[in-house]
Amino acid sequence: MRFRLTDDQRALREGVREVFARRFDGEALRAAVDRADGAGAGSGSEGRGAVPGAGDGADGSGPGGGAQHAAGGGSVLGDGAGRFGSGGGRPAEGPGGAGGVRAARVDRGLWRDLGELGFFALRLPESEGGVGLGLPEAVLVFAEAGRMLLPGPLVATHLAAGAVPGAATGETVVAAVDGGLVEWLAEADVVRGDATGAVALRSIDPLTPLHRVPARRAAADPVAILLTAAEQLGTATRVCELAAQHARAREQFGRPVGAFQAVAHLCAGILVRVETARAAVHAAAVTGDPADIAAARLLADEAAVRGARDCLQVHGGMGFTWESEVHLHLKRAWVRTQRAGGVTESEELLAAALASETA
Amino acid sequence: MDLSDTPEEAAFRARLREWLAAVLPGLPPKPSPDDWPGRRAYDLGWQRRLHDAGYADVHWDASPTTRLIFLEETEKAGAPYVGANFVGLLHAGPTIAAEGTAEQRERWLPPILRGEEVWCQGFSEPGAGSDLAALRTRARRDGDAYVVTGSKIWTSHAEVADWCELLVRTDPEAPKHRGITWLAMPMDAPGITVRPLRTLAGSAEFAEVFLDEVRVPVANRVGDEDDGWRVTMVTLSFERGTAFAGEVVACRRVLGELAVEARKNGRWDDPALRRRLGRLHAEFRALWRLTQWNVSAAEATGGVPGASGSVFKLRYSHARQELYDTAAAVLGPDCLDLDRPWTLDRLSALSYTIAAGTSQIQHDIIAERILGLPRGR
Ligand SMILES: Cc1cc2nc3c(=O)[nH]c(=O)nc-3n(C[C@H](O)[C@H](O)[C@H](O)COP(=O)(O)OP(=O)(O)OC[C@H]3O[C@@H](n4cnc5c(N)ncnc54)[C@H](O)[C@@H]3O)c2cc1C
Repeated sequence: MRFRLTDDQRALREGVREVFARRFDGEALRAAVDRADGAGAGSGSEGRGAVPGAGDGADGSGPGGGAQHAAGGGSVLGDGAGRFGSGGGRPAEGPGGAGGVRAARVDRGLWRDLGELGFFALRLPESEGGVGLGLPEAVLVFAEAGRMLLPGPLVATHLAAGAVPGAATGETVVAAVDGGLVEWLAEADVVRGDATGAVALRSIDPLTPLHRVPARRAAADPVAILLTAAEQLGTATRVCELAAQHARAREQFGRPVGAFQAVAHLCAGILVRVETARAAVHAAAVTGDPADIAAARLLADEAAVRGARDCLQVHGGMGFTWESEVHLHLKRAWVRTQRAGGVTESEELLAAALASETA
Repeated sequence: MDLSDTPEEAAFRARLREWLAAVLPGLPPKPSPDDWPGRRAYDLGWQRRLHDAGYADVHWDASPTTRLIFLEETEKAGAPYVGANFVGLLHAGPTIAAEGTAEQRERWLPPILRGEEVWCQGFSEPGAGSDLAALRTRARRDGDAYVVTGSKIWTSHAEVADWCELLVRTDPEAPKHRGITWLAMPMDAPGITVRPLRTLAGSAEFAEVFLDEVRVPVANRVGDEDDGWRVTMVTLSFERGTAFAGEVVACRRVLGELAVEARKNGRWDDPALRRRLGRLHAEFRALWRLTQWNVSAAEATGGVPGASGSVFKLRYSHARQELYDTAAAVLGPDCLDLDRPWTLDRLSALSYTIAAGTSQIQHDIIAERILGLPRGR
């Protein structure tokens, strides 16, 4: 057993962390929120139109549907990131147009840069123009994306690489129907699954537009669940950093609030959940076992949601403001808890696994 | 031990019920949360109605039990809550009534009761939150006025307030709890700048208030110079006392609505969720009983709620968060929709463990004042 990151994996994590920090820093996050939110936090009803024919999905193109042209694939470790331009975004006249609803946009330039970085083609074989890495690496990279609150249908586009033309390179934005919800429907070039009858809702997360579709039961892809858990892990890691930073910097009663045991223990509790979730997520990435993945999901959801709330508490009044970044983490974590049937499915799966182990 | 109304209480309850049934149907529709002038007018209008019907002073002059009956019945009937009148009716008003001169009571109390003037609370500062006594907004005496310079933060309703109950430092040399003075500051005085702050729910519920050489007449001082901390403690105990009683009633109503929604959308069949609702039912029944218990204690001791207010506030603020987390579980994916009222309530519930003394501070108060444990700071 050697259950730790290899040197290459560590370098990969540092590499993408560095690129994400450059490509989507605090200022870019703020700007993206302002843009999405400026459309009007207040009114929402107008845009609640149905989305006719949004379901002409690409599922038909089938898995492994032809070699992809992953231009310049593989430069994950490095210098691949282009300039951080706001440009390149085509005027997204997505199906159903999002007039009135908050109009968060996929930054097409960012999307192509992610493509160039190998984010989407990460697990495609090199023979198909991909990077040829596996789930353990994907989990590292998705955790970094979660940590930075990178907006866009990251999981859906990643899973579409190799199946939907242009997904691997970031030319195509792919959304996927998941239970009763679709993230980023109006911004997507391709929607996988049947989105007939989709109705926009006023999303709690300013950077994740949502549509409701009539719920259809479909078995969730375990990889999608695992990558979501990785994003949650990233969020948990980030709110742990933020809480500790604030606890060190903010002074009351003549000392940093982190010197008070009540605050110190909140921060320590966040960390304990992060580390436990991390072990579960990495192990699941190695084994690919559905029970491991379900466990990773439960632990990572808890670490992200409770972590964000405790982080908010540590921030006091500041944590309750729009200006602070804390609420964005909590809201995104809440969005992710709804994916793939929510925690209930994972709990049931693990209970069933327990029953069959002991039968 | 007796939980039933006395004959006078029963008569008060019956009269109130009858009156509410008569007036509520005629009320105008509630303004939207972002319509501040509308909210101000609406909340003041409701207070005016209460005043004209003889219920104006129920928040202070009435006995604690009568006040509780009032809160219970108005909430059950779906009447408006105090809203923008919160500080006037529940903080500044009671403080002035207890500590003000006859002249001051005459000047400020009737307009609060008649629904003519809105107050806000200028206590917290960027550097003084949990450690309120560290406040630094400076007031210097100049003839018959104080000249005030500094800044306040998290001031709810500042944009629509006529008056601010303001804590200032009059003696920077004295130990921090001394040297503080309580002033009533007119919000239209020159030198005041209000910058609204957005909450994580997207609305501007509170503000920063910058004070640049604002002149406040010495006659607006309530209590003695440098005695503001003692005056303030009177006010804060009101805040943690019965102020939330009506909300407990409202939470029980929401809980009932959750059960209805769960049965409609099928999630009632999930035993884990059903039991969670059952546990919450226990929680809010108990919180209501705790409220009654505290009110009876206050009745016996003369009205000012003590540290038991912290017990209630701590338990209630967490119960409220659990209520709306459970609402999210009942809604499923719809819990991400801001057009569902419970979604916004879930967001605003996050402030309950922070505002009016954080949960950590409430634990300290309980440990020190009730259990007599040594002070940690
Ligand atoms: C919605 C809302 C409305 C408000 N309205 C008003 C208003 O109208 N007027 C007004 O004056 N104020 C108002 N406040 C301010 C409120 O009273 C303060 O936010 C609160 O007292 C906390 O102070 P702070 O924000 O500076 O947090 P801090 O005091 O900086 O606290 C940060 C963290 O440290 C912890 N902490 C601090 N000291 C200790 C300690 N000794 N032991 C253990 N833990 C500690 C806190 O619990 C918290 O977790 C409002 C706040 C909110 C959220």
